[in-house]
Amino acid sequence: MTATLNPHYRFDTLVVGAANRLAFTAAKAVAESPGTVYNPLFIYARPGLGKTHLLMGIGHAARAINPALSVEYLTLDEFVESFHAAVAAGQGEAYRRRFIDVDLLLVDDVQFLTHRREMQAELLRLSDALQTNNRQIVLTSDRPPSEIEALDERLIRRFAGGLVIDIGAPDYETRVAILRRKAEERRARFGEGVLEAVGSLVIDNVRELLGALNRLVAFQAVSDAPLQPAQAKALATGSDLTTTTPKADTTPPPAAPVRSATVDEFSDFLTEVSATVAQQVDLWRTKVAAAILRWEGEGFSTARLEALLQQEMTSDPERVLNQFESDVRKLQALHAEAAELAPSLAGSSAFRDPEDIAGAEALTQRARQGAHPPPAPLPIWRLDDLFEAAGNRMALQAARAIVTEPAKRYNPLVIVGVSGVGKTHLLHALGNALAARVEGSVACLSAHEFTGELIEAIDRDAVGAWRARYRGSAAFLLDDVHLVAQKDRTQDELFVLFNFLMEAGRQMVYTSAVPLAELTAVESRLRTRLEGGLVVDLPAPEREIRQQVVERLLQAKVGAVDPDLAGYLGSRAVESVRAVHGLLQRVLNAAEAQGHPPTASLAREVLEGAPPKPVRRPAASRSSGIVAPAGGVRSREKVVWDWPDVGDRIVEEWR
Amino acid sequence: MSLVNFTAREITCKIVYYGPGRSGKTTNLQYVYGRVPESRRGRMVSLATQTDRTLFFDFLPLELGSISGFTTKFQLYTVPGQSYYNATRKLVLQGADGVVFVADSQARRFDDNLESLQNLQDNLLSQGVDIRQLPVVFQYNKQDLPRDLILTSEEMDDALNFRSVQSFSADALHGSGVFETLKGVSELVLKRLAAGSAVA
Repeated sequence: MTATLNPHYRFDTLVVGAANRLAFTAAKAVAESPGTVYNPLFIYARPGLGKTHLLMGIGHAARAINPALSVEYLTLDEFVESFHAAVAAGQGEAYRRRFIDVDLLLVDDVQFLTHRREMQAELLRLSDALQTNNRQIVLTSDRPPSEIEALDERLIRRFAGGLVIDIGAPDYETRVAILRRKAEERRARFGEGVLEAVGSLVIDNVRELLGALNRLVAFQAVSDAPLQPAQAKALATGSDLTTTTPKADTTPPPAAPVRSATVDEFSDFLTEVSATVAQQVDLWRTKVAAAILRWEGEGFSTARLEALLQQEMTSDPERVLNQFESDVRKLQALHAEAAELAPSLAGSSAFRDPEDIAGAEALTQRARQGAHPPPAPLPIWRLDDLFEAAGNRMALQAARAIVTEPAKRYNPLVIVGVSGVGKTHLLHALGNALAARVEGSVACLSAHEFTGELIEAIDRDAVGAWRARYRGSAAFLLDDVHLVAQKDRTQDELFVLFNFLMEAGRQMVYTSAVPLAELTAVESRLRTRLEGGLVVDLPAPEREIRQQVVERLLQAKVGAVDPDLAGYLGSRAVESVRAVHGLLQRVLNAAEAQGHPPTASLAREVLEGAPPKPVRRPAASRSSGIVAPAGGVRSREKVVWDWPDVGDRIVEEWR
Repeated sequence: MSLVNFTAREITCKIVYYGPGRSGKTTNLQYVYGRVPESRRGRMVSLATQTDRTLFFDFLPLELGSISGFTTKFQLYTVPGQSYYNATRKLVLQGADGVVFVADSQARRFDDNLESLQNLQDNLLSQGVDIRQLPVVFQYNKQDLPRDLILTSEEMDDALNFRSVQSFSADALHGSGVFETLKGVSELVLKRLAAGSAVA
């Protein structure tokens, strides 16, 4: 509901007399059942006779009966201005929809439709749409429709189709009743006959009548003697009060002679000050109302400001307005961020209520974390599963220290080792351990993926959201950082992200297949930062580890561990764990082809001895895609006895 | 000083009458005092020398009652005009919501007016207040004196009022222009309601 309804303009504050009884009755009927009787209702009267009071009274009464009713009050000028603004902003259609959904539309001062053909057409269209949907429209004017110059005939007919009713000037009784009511509201007491004397004057404009009352109130406030009816009449008409000036005001200051015109200067001053203060307080009202219209128009809930208007300025309106605007700005910022992170949140009503910023913040936070979480470490790898030996002890200890105290001990940790030694395994295992330890998401991905995502984000024009994902992560683990070489934009982004995460106290772990000193194609600003953490080498697995790996694989694949086979395979000098996998796979393949369990002698035969009987691999056999790059006698290594099938080779190359 | 206190629903305006010595600042206050019903005025405090020159300052509190739900109080102050009381002037000027500059229209006091106006500007500046941001009106007093002794309002405007603020001709001794000046400055001060609090 529009909050511009003046809270004082209600039916119960309206003095009803013979001149306005008919209009009042019609207004009441309309308020009680909008859209059913007298639609449209057209009220006209000369200025100052209570049209606006009656119009707003309808709004208040209808809302009191049905609080869910949407009521819109506006003057024709506002209607025109906001329509022009909406059209200029390309929102003409939205503006029309706003009114078509209104249950009760109250339009003040429609006499200003004169010569405004386009607004007449607009009002005609709106009036038809509202009536078709049984929605009420009430209009006021200072003259009957037929006297509004250059008014569209169709509009005149529409108005005549409802009820056109006028308000006359108040009679004596009504005038006295108004004066009494207003005096009571202002807690002013007057002697007998005073208000009646003013009421007997022919003042047929209620505003002027209230102006006269203001003069009486101000005069009485500074006067020691009670006001006499004759004085009141003179005051009301603005006559000279020379002979009736109260005693207290004629006392001259000791040093100052009496001025010839002994008008009551102080009362005059007081009246002016009162008018200025009232005007300024009203200015606040207008300002608050304007803020309501503005933010409501932008779709924000303005309950707080509406409450402010009802409060009659008991609190500092400026503070409330500023706070409200700051809350709205906050919502707008949250909305922009959330919409970028998760496009489905764009336009969500959760960002429209300044009373629920916490809700909007929670939603944005969820968007930050949940909508597109950064890639997480693969859950199959766990730190506890890693075998420890002299060679990898330092790396493992550093990893455990990081898990115990993320970002406190070694930040960043850089693990350097040739391909296949288990860097990725360690990185993901560390990522999982960190994920269990810290709050928030742990980002774990390869530099290759990182670059791929960046390119996609640039393509979608969503780099900001992409950055936000990683900035929001509790830990950042990047595999194969050497792959950022010669990728300038990736390096720039990584550099900025590095600094951000470092400053925010988040743990970072990197792996590289190339020693950092040899990363010449990586900008030195980034390289030196990586070197500034702890750099640990992950050497080729020792025999002890190789054997343990084989035992575990045998247990997993065959269900039993042959110590001789494990010992033999562990003794093969290979550079990486991946190669150990390859050796075992070849033995397993051979065993499967021969229909025997894998043994050490078979392994010897496969890896270094006489060629096994040629076997045809089952066409569907893709138990492994890994080719052993090393192992066995050097000369044998150069002769590939058992090529994987084509599909497997493709897989291998792709990896 | 807060001009509008929404919590206490109170409006307090401090208005300072400034100007050279003997220009009629205290006379302004005395006239206002004489026109205010007793119930509305506090005691006028005047610290004067034996020759009735203001030694420290004059203070006149006015209670205007409840206006639009706000208890409204005006505090009218004068400063001692003589140049050697500058410390007092600075003190009185603190927290002023508006200033009435009472200029002496006599031609022979021309330089005193200029000096005092410059002094007002300096004192405000030393308190971090820009005179252009503060409600100020001019009152050209003693306009009742013979024409050959005084400068007209237009001439005074030319000499002093180069920012074209409101100015009033006055004969404070007989009351002419006193309330007009007070109304003028009050309106300016109260209109700042919309702009929030007054000068700190």
